[in-house]
Amino acid sequence: MDIKVRVWRQAGPSAAGKMVTYDVKGISPDASFLEMIDVLNETLILGGDDPIAFDHDCREGICGACSMVINGVAHGPEKATTTCQLHMRKFSDGDVIDVEPWRAAAFPVIKDLVVDRSAFDKIIQAGGYITAPTGTAPDAHATPVPKKDADAAFEAATCIGCGACVAACPNGSSMLFTAAKIAHLGLMPQGQPERDSRVIDMLQAQDDAGFGGCTNAGECTTVCPKGIPLSLIGRLNSDYRKAITTR
Amino acid sequence: MAVDTPIPKTTKAAGATARPTPPKSVRPSSVVLKLIMAASGALLVFFLFAHAAGNLKIFVGESDFNHYAEWLRELGTPLLPHAWFLWIQRVGLLVAIGLHIWAAAALTIRAKKARPVKYAHRPKVQGSYAARTMRWGGVIIVLFVIWHILDLTLGKVNPAGGDSAPSERVVEGFAPDRWYVTLFYVLAVVAVGFHLRHGIWSAARTMGQQTIKGERRAKAIALTLSVILVAMYLSVPIAVLTGLVG
Amino acid sequence: MTANDFWAEGEPVFDKAAPDGPVETRWERRKFSAKLVNPANRRKLTVIVVGTGLAGGSAAATLAEAGYRVKSYCYQDSPRRAHSIAAQGGINAAKNYRNDGDSVYRLFYDTVKGGDFRARESNVYRLAQVSVNIIDQCVAQGVPFAREYGGLLDNRSFGGTQVSRTFYARGQTGQQLLLGAYQALERQIGLGNVEMNARHEMLELIIVDGKARGIVVRDMVTGEITTEFADAVVLASGGYGNVFFLSTNAKGCNVTASWRAHRKGALFANPCYTQIHPTCIPESGSHQSKLTLMSESLRNDGRVWVPKKAADCPKPAGSIAEEDRDYYLERIYPSFGNLVPRDIASRAAKNVCDEGRGVGPGGLGVYLDFADAIKRLGRKAVEAKYGNLFEMYERITGEDPYETPMRIYPAVHYTMGGLWVDYDLQSTVPGLFVVGEANFSDHGANRLGASALMQGLADGYFVLPNTISNYLAAGPFKKVTESDEAVVEARKQVEDRIEKFLSIDGDRTVDSFHRELGQIMWEYCGMERTEEGLTKAIGLIRALKEEFWTRVKVPGKGEELNQNLEKAGRVADFIELGELMCIDALHRRESCGGHFRAESQTPDGEALRHDDQFSYAAAWEYFGADGKPVLHKEDLNFEYVHPSTRSYK
Ligand SMILES: Cc1cc2nc3c(=O)[nH]c(=O)nc-3n(C[C@H](O)[C@H](O)[C@H](O)COP(=O)(O)OP(=O)(O)OC[C@H]3O[C@@H](n4cnc5c(N)ncnc54)[C@H](O)[C@@H]3O)c2cc1C
Ligand code: HEM
Ligand code: HEM
Ligand code: SF4
Ligand code: F3S
Ligand code: FES
Repeated sequence: MDIKVRVWRQAGPSAAGKMVTYDVKGISPDASFLEMIDVLNETLILGGDDPIAFDHDCREGICGACSMVINGVAHGPEKATTTCQLHMRKFSDGDVIDVEPWRAAAFPVIKDLVVDRSAFDKIIQAGGYITAPTGTAPDAHATPVPKKDADAAFEAATCIGCGACVAACPNGSSMLFTAAKIAHLGLMPQGQPERDSRVIDMLQAQDDAGFGGCTNAGECTTVCPKGIPLSLIGRLNSDYRKAITTR
Repeated sequence: MAVDTPIPKTTKAAGATARPTPPKSVRPSSVVLKLIMAASGALLVFFLFAHAAGNLKIFVGESDFNHYAEWLRELGTPLLPHAWFLWIQRVGLLVAIGLHIWAAAALTIRAKKARPVKYAHRPKVQGSYAARTMRWGGVIIVLFVIWHILDLTLGKVNPAGGDSAPSERVVEGFAPDRWYVTLFYVLAVVAVGFHLRHGIWSAARTMGQQTIKGERRAKAIALTLSVILVAMYLSVPIAVLTGLVG
Repeated sequence: MTANDFWAEGEPVFDKAAPDGPVETRWERRKFSAKLVNPANRRKLTVIVVGTGLAGGSAAATLAEAGYRVKSYCYQDSPRRAHSIAAQGGINAAKNYRNDGDSVYRLFYDTVKGGDFRARESNVYRLAQVSVNIIDQCVAQGVPFAREYGGLLDNRSFGGTQVSRTFYARGQTGQQLLLGAYQALERQIGLGNVEMNARHEMLELIIVDGKARGIVVRDMVTGEITTEFADAVVLASGGYGNVFFLSTNAKGCNVTASWRAHRKGALFANPCYTQIHPTCIPESGSHQSKLTLMSESLRNDGRVWVPKKAADCPKPAGSIAEEDRDYYLERIYPSFGNLVPRDIASRAAKNVCDEGRGVGPGGLGVYLDFADAIKRLGRKAVEAKYGNLFEMYERITGEDPYETPMRIYPAVHYTMGGLWVDYDLQSTVPGLFVVGEANFSDHGANRLGASALMQGLADGYFVLPNTISNYLAAGPFKKVTESDEAVVEARKQVEDRIEKFLSIDGDRTVDSFHRELGQIMWEYCGMERTEEGLTKAIGLIRALKEEFWTRVKVPGKGEELNQNLEKAGRVADFIELGELMCIDALHRRESCGGHFRAESQTPDGEALRHDDQFSYAAAWEYFGADGKPVLHKEDLNFEYVHPSTRSYK
């Protein structure tokens, strides 16, 4: 199929950027979106142009590296799918496809479609863990975890840290990401001792990193490739309210 | 160029037990702001219901309605001097709306800073429509309230004038030839409805609602309350317009 | 042409750190004999850890907890994205929670046997012992393993074992384990005990006075080259399966860190040992950039077949009658059936495709059919077990596996070879430790499913932190400075190489070279190898190398984010590695573990090992780009598990 892509090109962090249009001819509908850009890049390189920089690694929807806003939607039109798992068969011959980087102050653009998401690591640093120094653990069966809780914790833990939620949120809020981690750890007995400090510290780290506050706009969950539900934000709020009122 | 990095100044060498503590921020956290909005919003909703109920008294009779306005001013007497309750309520409302607007503004400013660049491709809104209109909706409501107070409380922009009885102001204010005023009221009330449909649901989430059942319930309650409120409010101007009252 | 045109043989190499005596107490005794570092002194010691996967992430966190100063590096934008994140199936541990006769000894036994008797008994035993602690550690960190209704951990049986010892978290075990390690690491970063350098690539090792003392890194955002010093260097840079271009590895996986160390003297062992995974989604066209693995657990319920007649292959699967289908694994290996080990399943698939009975594009695929499972268990049950894998398959291929059988084909998945290390995980360069997939590991010639995760975490959490202290006890070492000759030279090597890449300005892209290299490797050094093919491959690779250095085109500058420059460095190293892999494969004239040497087979076409000649690890020494690599053999002795012929029939 033949398509046109309009891609955000920005030479560096402080350079001005603009949308540039490219023709992509004869691309297979079985190619993934990133493979389509690979093909385009090959022609750009041979034509003496700078290829499009974009983040990617696993190309199986699990590492969370890929990050493109496609036609205004983070990770593109297919629900619950990362950019790397999106295939060209979801588009039609002759389409003009807009490709932009994640947009959020906390995720500054480094080059073209590559943004800096280290703010997410800062949030985890502030409390997104269970303190369990190596070698101190009791037998794994010492604390049974109800299957229901374990399953719910797992669902929350599937967040891949891609940042699509931030890219989609009109407030540039990372609430869904933070909430997913709070829920994952807070649903397990191991996570209880640090439950209060975790939510307070992680939320502060999120605010400090320049993310906006959540006003329940609900856009984040619609683009989340792992379908992290909005209800987890309620859970964070509840944990937070309890934490500040009991501390 | 990183040569040997200096030994960190922290004395937290006992890495196994220490925990990183971020310096406390002086800004209220975004969730605290939301809690303030929810609490002040709840108060405002409570007022709206009381106010709407009071308005309905006009159907019982104009004197009842006026009595009610007077009763508002007598409430709490003789414990409180005349009209004190009303003033307490007014101050309460002002504080609530002040906090509400302040929190909304703070969150809006943070949001603008957090999302300075717009996408070139503007997609269809994925979340709810009401969610997107909260800020503008709020501003419209406040502008309306200012007009409304000038109109029905102070009578400044009301044909019946300041010294009239409240019922006169209502009846004359919504007279058919002033249809544009009525239209403005209707629009404002609908705006309130939208604001509350999302607002009440959102407040439930802010307070920690997190279950599937709770979600359904919160949506249903928000919708029901908003529809009831809109209906209660609209009934008055429509009744006046259609001559049912007056 | 004789083999010796390609390599020379040197002195044997010995594992001097390995304790002897009863295998059960070796690790205990090694820990006891290892020197300790006084806690107050640990803060004066710096350790560089390259890589933040299961091995590197857990090592960095644990070393920092112990009080060392750690500098950590990864090429991704966050340590959480290391390739370990992609592991699906699970992690083994000898917990015997199922009371099905499992034990440390049985896990040890299975792993040595699974590795086709090309692994060290001491290491494997230690791995089995430590496996138990890994699960405890991960549970304490909050890793959400699958649980049963009673709230206890669930297990499943996995690829070729008869006990249920695999712990898992849906199909995302690697992700959950890595997030556990990542969170522990982030905690230490927050405490200031680890200096994290994401988007930093190690491009050279710095050896001063014979000891590994630092690395040269490139900041991948600004392009700045810096030299970083430490008392010891740990490489946890993962596997090199990407040498095949099409593999299940992440696009960024590379051999650069290991290869640079190899060029500076670290021996590289068993480079040709690669693992081919039987259940990957087949290639769909020339745009293909990588292959996707589907969990092996699918083979628990799916049945593998191809049409009996080649003429039936293009027909839709549904229209092929039951009696015209060849369930070849069940037919050839009746006792294991669809659950034969990976190497056997892979080669069997290749064989039927070579016979012209493959299905799908290019005839490179076999069916994995769930129709019977759906009939037997119901669609709901199948969905509960494999729902996410089915979804993934549909997303990639556009076909619905509930309706039409999946198509699968083998793909390169894991590399058992890597830098040679002793029992302490120290390479032949003092102070250079290698953990996880980057070392030549505990798996021998083949890896059982669910054991790489185990090894990565065993190395990082439990082994390295105990053994590295023995080395560091002699430190802090003499201060290294920017102006030391070795440092200046290492930096210059990096700068010159970058300069060279950028100046060639040829007419072929880096990817085109990588793709070509991959095709050579897959064709001649993949599942089945022959002397003739390997000799040819070496010639082709040498020609490709020549061409690379004259015709590659790397756009852009060095002082910016330049993904093609990064790739160029990786591909240049892959080309050199590819050559060594072929030489290693050529020299090993036996079929063993993951690879099949056509000249060495039983009359009925099964792999034939030669324990009398090849019971050793082949550790190669680098002798210049045009020199011959030198082979150092490490003899492997089997005191507990005696070599036997694997039979899955
Ligand atoms: C698709 C897939 C599924 C798998 N499933 C299973 C399974 O079910 N069970 C199992 O046991 N095993 C499985 N494996 C194998 C297992 O996942 C890996 O062997 C293991 O995770 C490797 O871990 P590691 O820590 O050694 O390396 P990795 O996780 O690969 O980490 C490498 C690290 O090194 C860094 N790095 C590399 N080069 C450089 C450089 N030059 N400079 C700086 N940093 C660098 C990277 O940034 C990264 O942080 C699977 C593998 C694949 C590919
Ligand atoms: C200038 C005036 C106002 C502005 C700018 C404003 C703005 C907002 C905003 C931005 C929200 C957050 C929406 C969300 O959570 O997604 C909100 C919530 C709310 N508003 Fe208003 N509003 C205003 C006036 C009012 C008034 C007059 C009322 C009452 C009648 C009201 C009741 C509520 C309620 C109940 C909520 C829900 C609180 C929550 O989400 O936690 N608001 N408002
Ligand atoms: C359309 C239906 C409405 C009618 C008929 C109505 C009527 C009135 C009247 C008669 C008063 C004067 C009361 C007095 O002075 O004693 C009043 C005051 C007021 N109304 Fe309304 N109102 C309506 C809708 C609203 C809405 C939608 C809001 C808010 C969003 C609102 C907010 C107020 C406020 C804040 C006051 C001032 C209260 C005070 O003086 O303390 N009203 N209204
Ligand atoms: S919550 Fe969803 S969208 Fe946000 S980072 Fe996690 S996976 Fe990505
Ligand atoms: S879109 Fe943004 S406002 Fe909240 S609900 Fe999602 S984070
Ligand atoms: S590249 Fe890993 S999730 Fe897309």
